[in-house]
Amino acid sequence: MLKKDLGLLVLIVVVGAVVAVINPRFISPANLANTANLIGLFGLFAIGEGFVIITGGIDLSIGSVFALLGVIFMTLLSTDGVNWMVATALMVVAGLVIGLIHGFLVTRLRMQPFVVTLCGLLIYRGAARYYTDDGTAGFDFGQTFPTLEWLTTGHIWGVPNSFIAFVVIAAIMAVVLHKSVFGRYLFAVGKNEEAARYSGINTRAVVVASYVICSGLAGISSVYFAMYTRSVAPASHGTFYELYAIAAAVLGGCSLRGGEGSILGIALGAVLLQILQNLVNLLGIPSSLNFAVMGGVIVLGVLIDSQLQQLRQRRAALRPLPEQKAVAKA
Amino acid sequence: MNESLPSQLPSPLRSPLLSLKAISKTYGAVQALKGVSFHVDAREVVGLIGENGAGKSTLMKVLGGVIAPTGGTIAIEGREHASLSVPQSLAAGIAFVHQELNLFENLDVAANVFIGREPRYGGPLRLVDNKALHARVTPLLRRLGCDFSATTRVADLSIAQCQMLEIVKALSLDAKLIIMDEPTSSLTTSETSRLLDIVADLKQSGVAIIFITHRLAEIERCADRVVALRDGALVGGLERADIRRDAMITLMIGRSLSTLYTPPATAPLAPVLELDAFTTPAYPAQPVTLALRGGEILGLAGLMGAGRTELARAIFGIDRPAGGALRLNGRPVTIRSPRDAIRLGIYLIPEDRKHAGLILESSIAENIMLASLRSISRGNLVDTDKGERIALAQQKSLRIKAPSVDERAGSLSGGNQQKVVLGKWLCMQPKMIIFDEPTRGVDAGSKSEIYALMRKLADEGVAILMISSDMEEVIGVSDRVAVMHEGAITGVLGRDALSEASIMHLAVGDTVH
Repeated sequence: MLKKDLGLLVLIVVVGAVVAVINPRFISPANLANTANLIGLFGLFAIGEGFVIITGGIDLSIGSVFALLGVIFMTLLSTDGVNWMVATALMVVAGLVIGLIHGFLVTRLRMQPFVVTLCGLLIYRGAARYYTDDGTAGFDFGQTFPTLEWLTTGHIWGVPNSFIAFVVIAAIMAVVLHKSVFGRYLFAVGKNEEAARYSGINTRAVVVASYVICSGLAGISSVYFAMYTRSVAPASHGTFYELYAIAAAVLGGCSLRGGEGSILGIALGAVLLQILQNLVNLLGIPSSLNFAVMGGVIVLGVLIDSQLQQLRQRRAALRPLPEQKAVAKA
Repeated sequence: MNESLPSQLPSPLRSPLLSLKAISKTYGAVQALKGVSFHVDAREVVGLIGENGAGKSTLMKVLGGVIAPTGGTIAIEGREHASLSVPQSLAAGIAFVHQELNLFENLDVAANVFIGREPRYGGPLRLVDNKALHARVTPLLRRLGCDFSATTRVADLSIAQCQMLEIVKALSLDAKLIIMDEPTSSLTTSETSRLLDIVADLKQSGVAIIFITHRLAEIERCADRVVALRDGALVGGLERADIRRDAMITLMIGRSLSTLYTPPATAPLAPVLELDAFTTPAYPAQPVTLALRGGEILGLAGLMGAGRTELARAIFGIDRPAGGALRLNGRPVTIRSPRDAIRLGIYLIPEDRKHAGLILESSIAENIMLASLRSISRGNLVDTDKGERIALAQQKSLRIKAPSVDERAGSLSGGNQQKVVLGKWLCMQPKMIIFDEPTRGVDAGSKSEIYALMRKLADEGVAILMISSDMEEVIGVSDRVAVMHEGAITGVLGRDALSEASIMHLAVGDTVH
């Protein structure tokens, strides 16, 4: 575990403890389950965003993807009567295809990730609204999907299944990012794309893969969100959600310049964000201040982290050079 | 150090425009300039020649006020200075026309000429007076006979026109001395001819010019006097009547090179890599045909911009070759990316170590493993222990001085960084390694270790192509030397024909007599 992740964990525990003391309802089973559910929902796609950010890119389109895939998913299930397993698989495939398109535009046509995914944000939102003619997509009266509902909004021993799904996917992605060859390539490309290319890494493929993972996870998330809200209003469903993902990644130690970040950090970032949301409700802070609290904490967190890093570097600069040490040892 | 010394008694004779006295500059133990003295008069074109690394750039940086000399004085029209600052240099009327252009492509010609000193309207907003701006630039453009206007965007100019714009910039500063550093390096023959005409015109109008170039024919045509630098020292000069190619080459070379040559253990083997009318995108009209044999070190010499790095990049798959064919061990191969090259056992140690060779923020071990991660993994998961062992083995055999392989590559010295780049390739089976400037920024100790390693690899049958601008290195290490000039191979010299003079003749574009 990195020092950064440890710091974040300490912050979460301290904030949690303070909130629990002020309002004990924070640690009530109902509140914890509810918060865990939200952590699962928002954490899932934050991991994907992290992959893109590590390559030095960004994905701004996630919230609109939720809206577009959400209305399609709802319509497939209600109006078209498609089997839920087929519909879910289609959503994941649609996510992967969107990622492929983003990756293609970024690597082959050399467009900037910000521009590509900003246009995605606008296009998918517009497409979602057009698809239902701005109407809300929902299930027909009395329609139920017991297995799907259990998977997405159910519990096992009180633990929301969305949270379990998040933990499982985070664990898999942690292995991919921190243990696999692909993960090494991803960091290498993020730190120095040219040196990576000179070392024989197919840097374009690595970047494309990061967008595919990001939008693929967004595809899975869109099913979770659709089942959570049970109705999708295309004009508002998922707006700003990509910013939660970026915030979680940045809090978790990802640098927007690329080359840095960890799955644990991103996950902890997602946890902290949801605790902050919860705290606003529980402490009686006007809910209109919701975003302001989140922004303030992120600014402080990143500021403290960068200051600590500078301090560490200054200390390191005072140490003798490794060479001199080696000579002294010899 | 920057304030000027009181001016000495006015000399009875008119003092020269610029006079350098015993200028020296040391960087740690390295003496980049050793007591250089020369002068430039008004209405004079002085050609400054010297090999790569002779100290020309350092000297020009002293004149531009970018670096302060460690000794000597600079006198401008009789006023002596121990060193110049950038504003002092500008105020004294010294202007530069650089090899790399410093222009803002998104702005128009006039804005570039007056960048940072735009004429302003009065009033609280102090807006830029574009009318006055253009009115001041247009006469200058006319004076030089430029075929573009003050409102042309720089992005739409050709390189020759940009070069012209740099001169306009210099004139707008009322320059008395214009220093042109390789101004013709990217110009065509007719553009060069036009530039040399302008140099003559400028001289007529009273401007002095220091003209730095590797193209000796240009010096023959335009210079009134030549001064030559070698290893940071002034080695002589030539007056107008004596300016001839041979004389200049003799001045530039003639240093006694210590012989560090170790002959190969075996006779050269069959060709490993053959280039057949191979062309690079930088020089699509210059086909290169060359065979590199196993067990030999082939030096690739030439002056800056001769197209050597471009050739290496095309072989390694960074740039797409413009045409021609490659054969590896007699079989035709296509290399479209570094991945293809690496799969074939062709490795490159790039010139730009800090950007292309290493990931400075990553550890030594991570850098060494980077190219061979696939073979250090099981079921796509990296076997960190195996990687660590490989990195440690490389650290030991290459003697990389660092407390551990987890040290950041960026914290190492140049020599040790270069060894890390080497380690990355040596833990795989090389057939051929291209070393691009292998010892630039590398200390003497690591240098000789790298040379010994190159010989050892060659003796194991690896083909080695060594691009180097360091004459001592080229002559001291290579078994054969190919020399490039403007994208073409002008000759291949065997060990017995190897001398500084023979290389220099080929490097400036003469063919072997």
